[in-house]
Formats: sequence, C-alpha cells, structure tokens
Amino acid sequence: MSIQEVPQGRLRSPFYSRLQALDTLNTWHEWKGYSSADALYCAETEYFAIRNATGVFDLTPMTKYRISGPDALDYLDRLVTRDMQKIKPGRVAYAVWCDDQGQVIDDGTIFHLREGEYRLCSQERHFAWLTAAAIGFDVSVVVETAEVAALAVQGPTSFTVLSSMGLEGLATLKPFGLRHFEFAGTELMVSRTGYTGDLGYEVWIAAEKAELLWDALFAAGQLHGIRAIGTHALDLARIEAGYLAAFEDFLPADTTVRTGRSRSPFELGLDWLVDFKKPNFNGRKALAEEKRNGSTWRLVKLDIEGNKPAHHAYIYAKEKRNKKEIGFITSAAWSPVCKQNVALGTVRMPHGKTGDTVWVEIFYQREMHWTRVMAKAVVVDKPFWFPPRRSLTPPDPY
Amino acid sequence: MKTYDAIVIGAGHNGLANAAFLAKAGLDVVCVEKNEYIGGATVSRNLYDDWIYSNCSYVCSLLRPEIYRSLELHRHGLQVTPYGGSLTFMQNGDYYGGYHDPEVKYREMARHSRHDADAYERFSADTMRQCRLVRDFLLKTPPDPTSFKLRDLRELALLGGKFLEMGEDRMYETIRFWTMSVAEYLDEYFENDVVKTSLSGSGIIGTALGVHSPGTAYVLLHHYMGDVDGNVGTWGFARGGMGAVANAIAGAFQAYGGELRTGAGVEKIVVKNGRVKGVALENGEEIDARVVVSNMDVKRTFLKCMDQSDLPKAFHDRVSNFKIRGSSGKVNIALDGLPTFPSLPKGSSLYHSDMHFIDSMERMERAYDDWKDGTWSKDPYIDMLIPTLIDPTMAPTGKHMMSCFVQYCPLQIEGRAWTDTERQAFGQTVVDQIANYSPDFKDLILHMEIRTPQDIENEIGITEGNIFHGELTMDQLMFNRPVPGYAQYRAPVAGLYMCGSSTHPGGGVMAAPGANAAREILFDLKRKNTVPENFGDD
Repeated sequence: MSIQEVPQGRLRSPFYSRLQALDTLNTWHEWKGYSSADALYCAETEYFAIRNATGVFDLTPMTKYRISGPDALDYLDRLVTRDMQKIKPGRVAYAVWCDDQGQVIDDGTIFHLREGEYRLCSQERHFAWLTAAAIGFDVSVVVETAEVAALAVQGPTSFTVLSSMGLEGLATLKPFGLRHFEFAGTELMVSRTGYTGDLGYEVWIAAEKAELLWDALFAAGQLHGIRAIGTHALDLARIEAGYLAAFEDFLPADTTVRTGRSRSPFELGLDWLVDFKKPNFNGRKALAEEKRNGSTWRLVKLDIEGNKPAHHAYIYAKEKRNKKEIGFITSAAWSPVCKQNVALGTVRMPHGKTGDTVWVEIFYQREMHWTRVMAKAVVVDKPFWFPPRRSLTPPDPY
Repeated sequence: MKTYDAIVIGAGHNGLANAAFLAKAGLDVVCVEKNEYIGGATVSRNLYDDWIYSNCSYVCSLLRPEIYRSLELHRHGLQVTPYGGSLTFMQNGDYYGGYHDPEVKYREMARHSRHDADAYERFSADTMRQCRLVRDFLLKTPPDPTSFKLRDLRELALLGGKFLEMGEDRMYETIRFWTMSVAEYLDEYFENDVVKTSLSGSGIIGTALGVHSPGTAYVLLHHYMGDVDGNVGTWGFARGGMGAVANAIAGAFQAYGGELRTGAGVEKIVVKNGRVKGVALENGEEIDARVVVSNMDVKRTFLKCMDQSDLPKAFHDRVSNFKIRGSSGKVNIALDGLPTFPSLPKGSSLYHSDMHFIDSMERMERAYDDWKDGTWSKDPYIDMLIPTLIDPTMAPTGKHMMSCFVQYCPLQIEGRAWTDTERQAFGQTVVDQIANYSPDFKDLILHMEIRTPQDIENEIGITEGNIFHGELTMDQLMFNRPVPGYAQYRAPVAGLYMCGSSTHPGGGVMAAPGANAAREILFDLKRKNTVPENFGDD
C-alpha cells in the first residue's frame, strides 16, 4: 500500500463551498497553497461593499499560531519589537519581528485570547523561526492555520450585521479588542481588527463550523448590504488605509538574497512599534545602532497629482529626470473613496520627510501606445482613509 | 608539413567548446580525440539494440547559457528539457518527494517536518546568495591574487567588492559556508533526517568525501548554481542524451571551419626549446601547431603525456598531489518496460524525478566508510533517473532507459584492480537496492552496463574516472585550480594551455573552462575575443 500523496492542487478553505456558490468570475489565485478569489463578481462593487456596507473576506489561509504556556508573554516580548506586557487579555497588538540584524521578518497581529494564551497571525509561514526563538522558554507554538477558519467582516454596517447575528455586547468592543461568544455550540472569537482602515471585525471559529458561521452571517447581513469580496477589493482598501503588504511593501528578511533588500521597522515607518525600554528582544542591538546612525530607507505615503496610478514607478527628488532616482513605488491605486491618486513607496534617506515634494515617473498605456508623465507628489503622514467611524465606540448602526 | 594555429587534445565538451571559440576567431584548429566517437564523458552511446545510453554524465544544468547562445547550439541540434523533482524512498515504506511545485513541495516537507518546511525558504535564500557570488565568476578567468597586472587587480577588486557588499554577517556566513560540511550546513536549517538526506546528495556527488567531510557544502552549491532558462537550481535532460551537447558544440566547431579527428590518441605533447611544437599521436604521426590545448585532466596531461623534464619541479609536484580520486560508478540499464514502485501512488509526478534509495545521514556516511575501506558502498547513494519518461528518443516506444549514478565506488578494490566478479557484484548491489522498492524491476532488465572509475579512466581517459577532473574543494578552486599560479589556463610551457575541468570553474558540463581558456589564448595571440561575457545575475 502506498502512502497517499499530499494534495497536488490548491487547498480549499472551509468557506470554499459558500464562496464558490457566489462566484461568477472564476478568477482565483494561490495564497499560501489555498485558492483565494481575486474577485467574485466585480472588484469595484466589492470594494464599495467595504466602504459603504459590509464586505466579507475569507482570511483562513492567513498563517495562525497558537502560543501558550507559562512563558508565553515573555517569549512574545522577546520575539517582537513592541512591549507585549501592555497587551492585556482581550486585546490585540499589531507587531513586527526582526532577525538579529534588526531586519523585519514579518508583521502580524497578536491576539491575547485569554491569560497566557495568544494567537499570532501573519501572511508568511514562520514555524522554524518561531520554534528557534522559543529556546529557553516554557512555551508551546502550534500551527492552527487549517484548524481555525476566519473571516474579515468590514465596513460601516458590519457592527449591525454582527449584532443582528445575536452577538450581544459587541457595542462596547473597542478597536483592537477581542471577545469570545458562544456560537453553534462552540466558541466564536470576534476581534475589532482589519486590513481596511474602516469600521470592521474579524471573526474566528473552528474550521468545522465555518459554513454555519457563514450562513448565519449572510442571513443577518442580507438587509445590510453584505457581500463576499476578493483580494482585489481588499488590496485597494488596505492601500487607502496605508497598511503594508509583505512581498509588496517589504520583503521578509529571511527570504532576501541580495544585500539591502530587507527593511528595518524604522524604514517601514514603524518606529512606534520598537520599544527600547525592553531589555532584550530580537534585533535590539542592531536597531539601537540604526537609531543612532540613521536608516537607509524610508517608507512614504504619497499623495500624487493627477489620476494615473503610479504602479512600479521610480521616484525622483526633482522634476528633471537627470538625477538618480531616490526610490520607487511599492503599492499604488486610484482611491475611489478619497478621489485621490495614492501610493506607498520606499525612498532613500534623507528624502521623504512629511510635507516634502517628490516626483513620480508614471507610464500608462492607452490604445497600445505608452505615455510618460512626471507627476508631483507630496509626502503625507496620515493614512489616506481614516474615518471617525473606524474607532467610534459604540459604533453607529451604519 | 602543415602547422595548425591550434591543436585541442580531447573532444569532450570543453575541448570542443575551446576549439569552437578559437575557430570562430578565425584560427586554423584541429581537435584530436583518442576514441572513435566524440564527447568524452558527455556522450550518448548505442550499446544495446535501439537504446541510447548517456553512459557518463546524464543530466544538464550547468552548461553556460552564454555559450549555448553564442555558439548557437540550438542550430546544431541541442535542446535541454527540465525535469521535475526528486524522490527518496524510505525503509519504513514511506517516501519523501521533493516536488517541483513549491507549494506541493512545502506540503510534503511539512508532512515530514513542519519546521523544515518553513525553514526551506531561508535555506533557499542563503544558498542562492552563495550561488550568486559564484555564478558571476564562472565565465571569468580567476584573478591571480599575487599579481599586480591591471586585469588581475580589477577582477580581484570585483570579487572583493561582491564579498564586501554582502555585509558583515553574511561575510561570516560565506567563509563558514565555503569550508563546512554539507551535513553541518543542513543542520543549521533542518531537523528531519530524510529531508536532510535528500538535500545532502548534491554535496557528495562526484566527490571522494562524505556528507560530514569539510568542504562538501560547496559541492552542494556547485550542483545548485546551474539553471535551465534562468530557473537556478533546475536540472534538465539533453534531448538525445548528453552526447547531444558534445555533438552540438562539435557542429558549431565544424561550422566555423574546425577539423575534427577521431581515433587520434595523443602519445606525447612535443616541446622544443621550451616551447610547445605540437603533438605526437599514438599511431606515430606528428601534428605541428603554434598552440596546444589540453582538455585532458592535469594529471594525464602533465604526468602521462609530457616529458617530466619540460616541467618546473614545483609545478610537477603540485600536479602529482592534485586530488582527483575515483569515487563514483555508473550503472546504465535498458528496460523492457517501466518498473513500478508500489510505495509510490499511481500516476504520481514523482515517477519523473530523480530517485534515491537511502534515507538517513547515517547511511550516507556509512556508504562513504566502505569507500575508505577500499570497496564499493554496500548500501550506496544512487542518483537514478529514467530519461525515457521525458525524452522519447532514448529507447524504443514503451521501453525505457535507466541511468544510475552510484556513490561510492573506488578506483581499486583494496589497492588492486577490480575483478570481473567484483564488477558484477557492484552492479548487483545497485540492482538489489532498487529492487527493494520495485519488485518487478529485475525482470525488466534487458542489458546493463556497469562502469567503475577504472572503466571510465580506461575508456574516457579521465584520471581515476573522477567526474569533475579533480575534487571541488577550497584548496582546488578558483585561483588554486588546478594549482596556484597556473589558474589562468596557461601551462608552464609556452604555447601550452589547459581547458579541461581541472581548471576553473571545474566539472559538471559547464563548458566554461573551455570557453575561458579560449579567451586567454585569443588574448595571447592578440586575436579578437569570441568568448561571450557573463549574462550577469541582475
């Protein structure tokens, strides 16, 4: 008898049956081995579901680790650059973790589920790093990517949708808070987190209850504009919110081959996540040195004139292109909600201070022919989209 | 009597590449080959019925694309098709598949070790970083670190620059990497024995070293730094067998007006007044030339085909001590049909991969112990492929050809020549190990060619049958290859050059030594260079 081969094609999320039933486009891509929809009916409509009603995104392929044990907190404090002591049970922290050179391996969210028990979520897979970092700690790190199904429920009516599902007490849940509910005989975890910069939640449940959750959610959301969405819509929303994407706006340090292609937290504008008051964390020495000597790169949010998205564009200090470029765009979009041409980019220090003017070389194609424009851009420090409803507690109904 | 511009001794892929670039520059070149067929160890032979055997080298990845393109090898019939994946059969009935698709590979690795699956990305990045350091220098003459010539200084500065550019931590890493064993290197990333074992094979292929011997991490790199169409690390089949490589280069050579003579073994390289004069063939004929280029390994060139009195003493001693040890054998098998492997799921893509039948680092090292004891490995590391699954030209339809590269296999048995009984027993060891995982395999065997290092030396001429023309250890690489002070393809006799794999960057069917030597010869002759530049890794 032969041992069965591992699946040779893309894996299906526990929500696959529901996504497939709604899917009209049949355009999927791979996300960490799973099939993930680019869009289900129309990326634009799906995007407006996020900004106008409720968009539901299947984030099950997100890598999830359960971290527990007596030293769980100390372990995480050592692992990530920010102070985890401040993250009490029922709270969620955005965090980055670095290698010994102070270069970002990945960013992710850490959910303090209950005393001494955490969930760490990231786009990339880091079991080797997480177990190596656990040496000397009484801590258990367990991969639970496939066991935990998760949905992002994002948009102005998301609070109403989830409340209609019968989740009592959600009104008092603040941004970056989490709460456990009873659902279908199991535990449903709801966190007020997301990747859209809007009012929104993420819901987490055992994979075998995934379809029940989906059905209840969509039944509750029917009158509140709920829509399943794909990656294109989510990506547009995250650029408006100024959130980083691994392999777009930075590369996980352990995957880089060429020197200087990784980034430190400072170079990603994440200074606020680095807490030197902690005596020891991975990368501390290198980061302290960088703090003293200055960084090489700076991540910038750019408000670009005109309406041509600056995909893959070079950034220059001056309009005349006779000088060497100072950086390049990593994510770009026309923002439908801000009616603004926005982008994230990386530029060499000392360029890119807030308020600086830079120039972006944009190529665009119309009817086969290419046109080049030099567009003026201003470095801004706030997210492009940051509505008050995002943090209003209790949230408005819509 | 006619005096050629150049005589190239040996029509292996390097000799032919060298000859082709010289002929392309307009030189009058003759390439002489002792066998009746060309290719040396890059050869396809029809040894049984309609079966074609790649009976020495068997897969292609390192052949420099710059040379391929420059000599227009596609016009001369060469096609290289990538094959996917690798497979290790385990003694417990399981298997470990190194699938071609990265996500499937990940899943399979995670089935054996989640940790290792996640560590693979860092391993790949770190290994690729070392590859990039080396790849830029494959089509370059190694700079002499003691020279003050402008081009040596420039190349040294380039090498130093690339090294410094890596940054402090990666420089430490690099120095460690170049000296450590493949087992130690893999231990830094992986925990699972079969995962490590499957990756370790590349560290010892063709090498008289074990997985725990220092220097084998580099050998792994040597097998990783090739590419097929820019996919670094990928290996492929030359359509029609490895002879297609030599035939295509020979086609280019002849198209440039070169002359090819087979059955013309060289007895002696003739030196007169401290300068090379030509060669004396075994049949007594003498051929004169201004330049003689040897594609033979350095030991054969200088210790067998020259008057020792023509060589500087120090050079002679270094060549005598050059490590070129017989460590690998080859078993090529004509099959009546495709053997089945019951532990593999039906229809698995792994049937198309290179297969291995040794599943622990312990067994890998034990295989080496046998070699040190002066015999072949009783539980060998076999790199087995069935090229007919991809290449339709190698056997009659429905029939198959199997190539088994076998590590380890010594030049001699306990210090004396192999007997025929021992040769048969060696072949049987290989057959038995495969048959452990394929019950119908033995019944399908129609013909088998068993080659020990001694057989390879006798037929091809490579000293001890060492596939790389000399060990790929730090003391014999870059400006130390073949010997310090003589790494720039020039022999200590005026007009005599080396272009075989004993020179930088070593063996593996790259054709880079042949091309690099041609560049130096054309430089000395003040001819226009025809050898292409590195494409360069972006």
